[in-house]
Amino acid sequence: MKIREKVIERLILLCAAVSVAAVALITIFIFSSGGPVLAKYGVLRFIFGNDWSPTSGSYGILPLIVGTLGVTLGALVIGIPTGLGCAVFMAEMVKSRLAKLFRAAIELLAGIPSVVYGFFGLEIIVPAIRDYLLPMARKLDPDVPGSGFSVLAGAIVLAVMILPTIVSISENAIRAVPKEFHEASLALGADKRETIIKIILPAAKSGILSSIILAMGRAIGETMAVLMITGNMVKVPTSPLDPAATLTGTIAMEMSYAAPEHQNALFAIGIILFIMIIALNGIAQMVAKRFGGETA
Amino acid sequence: MSRKILVILVAVGVLAFCLGMAGCGGSDESDGKEERDSIIIAGSTSVQPLSEAMAELYMEQNPDVAIEVQGGGSGQGIKSIKENIADIGALSREVKSDEKSAAAAEYVIAKDGIAVVVNKDVKVENLTIDQIRKIYTGKIKNWRNVGGDDRPITVVSREEGAGTRSSFTEITGIAADGVDHTTKAALVQPSTGAIKKTVAKTPDSIGYISLNILDDTVKSVKVEGTAPTVDNVLSGRYQIQRPFLYVVNGHISETTKAFIGFIMGEEGQRIVEETGFIPVN
Repeated sequence: MKIREKVIERLILLCAAVSVAAVALITIFIFSSGGPVLAKYGVLRFIFGNDWSPTSGSYGILPLIVGTLGVTLGALVIGIPTGLGCAVFMAEMVKSRLAKLFRAAIELLAGIPSVVYGFFGLEIIVPAIRDYLLPMARKLDPDVPGSGFSVLAGAIVLAVMILPTIVSISENAIRAVPKEFHEASLALGADKRETIIKIILPAAKSGILSSIILAMGRAIGETMAVLMITGNMVKVPTSPLDPAATLTGTIAMEMSYAAPEHQNALFAIGIILFIMIIALNGIAQMVAKRFGGETA
Repeated sequence: MSRKILVILVAVGVLAFCLGMAGCGGSDESDGKEERDSIIIAGSTSVQPLSEAMAELYMEQNPDVAIEVQGGGSGQGIKSIKENIADIGALSREVKSDEKSAAAAEYVIAKDGIAVVVNKDVKVENLTIDQIRKIYTGKIKNWRNVGGDDRPITVVSREEGAGTRSSFTEITGIAADGVDHTTKAALVQPSTGAIKKTVAKTPDSIGYISLNILDDTVKSVKVEGTAPTVDNVLSGRYQIQRPFLYVVNGHISETTKAFIGFIMGEEGQRIVEETGFIPVN
């Protein structure tokens, strides 16, 4: 019996070792492929350079970084209020049977492949922006260029894609707030709105913050859907109606034909993304720790 | 503590095992190849799908021949036959004068035309190479300047590094001295199919696509007065076109000769057509 236990223990250890080795190998691979270009070209020049023309040997990814951050920020601006509203609604307002229906729908959103979101954006959102929003913008400034492929289109689709993350984690955090808080607040004469805004949401804030940071990670990493609808124009966007290229989209799009040095520059973009995501995860854990309590 | 050491040992063990397996696999393969007749094709990524289709059918018919298709670009194709590391170099452009010495023989296996397409609402019928270059380098920004309505031009391009983009920019002079001057204010799409779709749906847009996927969802413009048709590409009147070449060096094997014969023959040229390029025979 003892031997069997030991064997099983070793087997499980082996499994754990494989996953650690996978992470280590990927890290080594990305850094060894992209590192030399970063070192040769200069990290600052790479990050803050304004010109991405890899076939001409110019590797400035500032437009890509701004594009990624713009689309992500837009997605959060649209997604956070919607997601939080939905979470509060499901946790506090409706009967549990109805909430189940809502939850099933939200979970279904998480199961839709990203290329389908991209297709939806391409067929519905891009034309809608082109046909309805752009003419309105042109009334204010007749020179607004645009084709509908835009940061805004990417942000809208990404906002829907990050909803499941925000809603499910926030809802759990809200449900985890002790019932006594609720009752005490009501007993003191606060109404439902005050209770939710002043008591429940602050008590659940660490879970809510984690959900937002995880959603942000998802938004930064999303590739296919964004690639299809933001237009991939390698130019720093100056308005939500401008097209933009993202870090992930550029890697996916250019990898297949890239010459060796170009390919290494794409891996260098991978390094930047990798660091961004690790930093975000670090912040998420710190937030969860700092605010303590339920992290769901 | 001892557990930690064990973890590391196991991890190293797993790694060593994986590497070992990979190493074995590699050497097995190369051993096997020497027993069979092999052909290595290296070069242009644009020709690669065609080469792969040819290789697949040829190996089906001749099980004792192994054909390996590698990418690397047209320049790499010439370099490979010069250094004798490939049997056939594949190019999606003419052989340059300083490369002629490396190539003992050239075979044009297919041709490909690049059509310049615009959205159906654009009234322009004809563009000169010069106008195309100015549109794509951002010097002409309005259709009015090339005989159309007073509307801003939406430029659509392929991504950097794509074969169609490098051919298009080189032929039209958008790229000069190895620097691609395509305007940064261009929408970029990852395939010619995506360009066609974007141009079809976006008013006032212009793009370029492979001739073989041209259909009536977009409007093709004449270039220097010549319409992009198969006949005009074959006769050379349509300028934005490129040949797909196979080049070989002096040490050509019988196996390679037979394979090239197959490509230039009826069956090979049928594959050219099926893959969507223009047959030459």
